[in-house]
Amino acid sequence: MTSYIIRRVGQFVLVFFAATFLIFSMVFAIPGDPIRALAGEKPMPDSLRQTLVQRYHLDEPYIVQYWYYVTGVLQGDLGESFNQRPVLDIIKERFPRTLRLAIYAFIIEMVIGVTAGVWAGIRKDKFLDSLVKVSTVAVISIPIFVLGFMAQLFIGVRLGWLPVTAGNPPSLYGYLLPAIVLAAVSLAYVARLTRSSVVENLRSDYVRTAKAKGLSRRRVIGVHTFRNSLIPVITFLAIDLGALMGGAIITETIFNVPGIGQALYQSVLGQEGAVVVGIVTLLVIIYAVANLVVDVMYAVLDPRIRYD
Amino acid sequence: MTKVTPLDTAVDPHSADTGVLLDVRDLEVEFRMRSGTVKAANRVSYQVDKGETLAIVGESGSGKTVSAQAIMGIIDSPPGFVTGGEILFRGKDLLKMEEKERRQIRGDRISMIFQDALTALNPVFTVGWQISEMFQKHRGMSKSEGYKRAIELMNLVKIPSAAERVNAYPHEFSGGMRQRVMIAMAIALDPDVLIADEPTTALDVTVQAQIMGLLADLQQQTGMGLILITHDLGVVAEVADKVSVMYAAEIVETADIRELYRHPYHPYTEGLMRSLVRPDHKGGRLSPIKGSPPDLLHIPSGCPFHPRCDYVQDVCRTDDPPLREILEGRTSACHFAEVFSND
Ligand SMILES: Nc1ncnc2c1ncn2[C@@H]1O[C@H](COP(=O)(O)OP(=O)(O)OP(=O)(O)O)[C@@H](O)[C@H]1O
Ligand code: SF4
Ligand SMILES: [Mg+2]
Repeated sequence: MTSYIIRRVGQFVLVFFAATFLIFSMVFAIPGDPIRALAGEKPMPDSLRQTLVQRYHLDEPYIVQYWYYVTGVLQGDLGESFNQRPVLDIIKERFPRTLRLAIYAFIIEMVIGVTAGVWAGIRKDKFLDSLVKVSTVAVISIPIFVLGFMAQLFIGVRLGWLPVTAGNPPSLYGYLLPAIVLAAVSLAYVARLTRSSVVENLRSDYVRTAKAKGLSRRRVIGVHTFRNSLIPVITFLAIDLGALMGGAIITETIFNVPGIGQALYQSVLGQEGAVVVGIVTLLVIIYAVANLVVDVMYAVLDPRIRYD
Repeated sequence: MTKVTPLDTAVDPHSADTGVLLDVRDLEVEFRMRSGTVKAANRVSYQVDKGETLAIVGESGSGKTVSAQAIMGIIDSPPGFVTGGEILFRGKDLLKMEEKERRQIRGDRISMIFQDALTALNPVFTVGWQISEMFQKHRGMSKSEGYKRAIELMNLVKIPSAAERVNAYPHEFSGGMRQRVMIAMAIALDPDVLIADEPTTALDVTVQAQIMGLLADLQQQTGMGLILITHDLGVVAEVADKVSVMYAAEIVETADIRELYRHPYHPYTEGLMRSLVRPDHKGGRLSPIKGSPPDLLHIPSGCPFHPRCDYVQDVCRTDDPPLREILEGRTSACHFAEVFSND
């Protein structure tokens, strides 16, 4: 178990360096003048240019530049925006909102997705099962921005049940519609995954053994089927928590949530290289941490993989 | 054999015997699927008494497992349904019981072990947990008591260093040891009847012999009735008292094992014996039965064995021979069973 975790942590470190190197290369090493890219369309005085060249060590070899950048990241220094606001400040302001949005979406997705999936799985081929199947196909095949605008139009405008935009700072109520939309697609996956996993496990030999032991139906399903069925679902859920934050870019823009996704969107438009790098680095780290947590959790849930 | 039919259906399940321990009568099981309805058990009858070992032998797909699952009440339903017959346990029909009452018998008075212990044990719980569950759920014991009993049982089925291995997971055991865990779990509550469904098929030959030996020993100690399902007549020679041969969802012959070996009354049984691997002939079977077992969706007309039978006559193609008593304690479902009994 311990060696398994050490190995996974090692992989995490590798992923961290590979990903930050890629991001760094993409934004700072694109052909052309990185200072120009950083400044965007604005004119730039020579003195500022000199300062910037020094600050970003542009006169040094590429790999050294990366090293400065990565040690900065490790010390919590993600650089500054063009108007000299530390990127870390922007993240500190914006990130909690994205996190809240993602967590609300995650709770919706987990509770509704798992419940619907288990229900459909134990009532295979009945009405509810068909309903889950059809509605999940529908949700999966609609692009998220279409879903977002539809939700705004129907639930927000026509029915007037929920606010169309989140507000600034957003209220709990304001988060609800974007959270539902953000959760919708993953929720459909969770429901389907849970359903097929439950169906498969109900057919398994060890569930038959559990019945043969004379256990109650509740125990056969709740203990002997449930834990095994949830292994793939939990894996998906944990990875998805990272993906939800990335997915927030579209949702935050549609619903005007002032979170990190919106900040990323705005800084791409404004060619704020340092901000883009800072935020993407953060997202990558979150994603990698989520993966690490998944792997460890997987090992706890499924004793068979601990000794690989 | 004279059967005593118990009239009193309200007998105390733990009182002295009023008849046969387990009496399966004309059991019918159907699987209703899109492709059609399969009759996987057709008028299946057999009896097991205290301390007796009944072997059920037949090729793959003949309905051996399905009839055992019907006794346990664990048929996949849908698509499977018990559509007829009786399963009398100590005189009481299991099929007429409330689910709650039946569940108290399942795993407790009648229990079952399965072919592949690797998939039959739950991979995410320790073996101790899985054995202990029997005591906790059926006997209301505490967890620590249950684990104590689990260790005793693991010792009984000869798993080395049981006290340390009680917290190991199924995948950490060898195939033979896993099957011992399965056996420990099945005999935990000292059942009256144990059904072993091909318990050694997944194991190599030396381990097979050990497991069969273990089952025989346990039966000696506990006096339970044992139903041993196998497709290999050779495996049961030393342990079984009686044999029922199944073909195409039906019992085609039942006999005392020595009688059967000396003189089969059904051409299919004869074929099975001819196809046995002889210990003196290294490798290879002598002569397998020609053809292959029928698809249960398309059972041949008349005697289901007729397309493969060496003695087939016209009547066999049209009339399905019922299972008849030929001599005392011997039944056969062949039109010409008497002819075999005379030569
Ligand atoms: N879950 C099921 N769904 C549909 N049909 C089934 C199912 N289980 C069994 N059957 C049908 O019942 C028939 C008999 O199956 P069974 O498992 O009893 O055979 P068996 O004699 O135990 O064979 P084997 O030696 O391969 O274990 C099968 O051929 C199949 O047609
Ligand atoms: S009834 Fe006919 S076909 Fe069937 S086993 Fe007997 S001889 Fe063979
Ligand atoms: Mg079988």
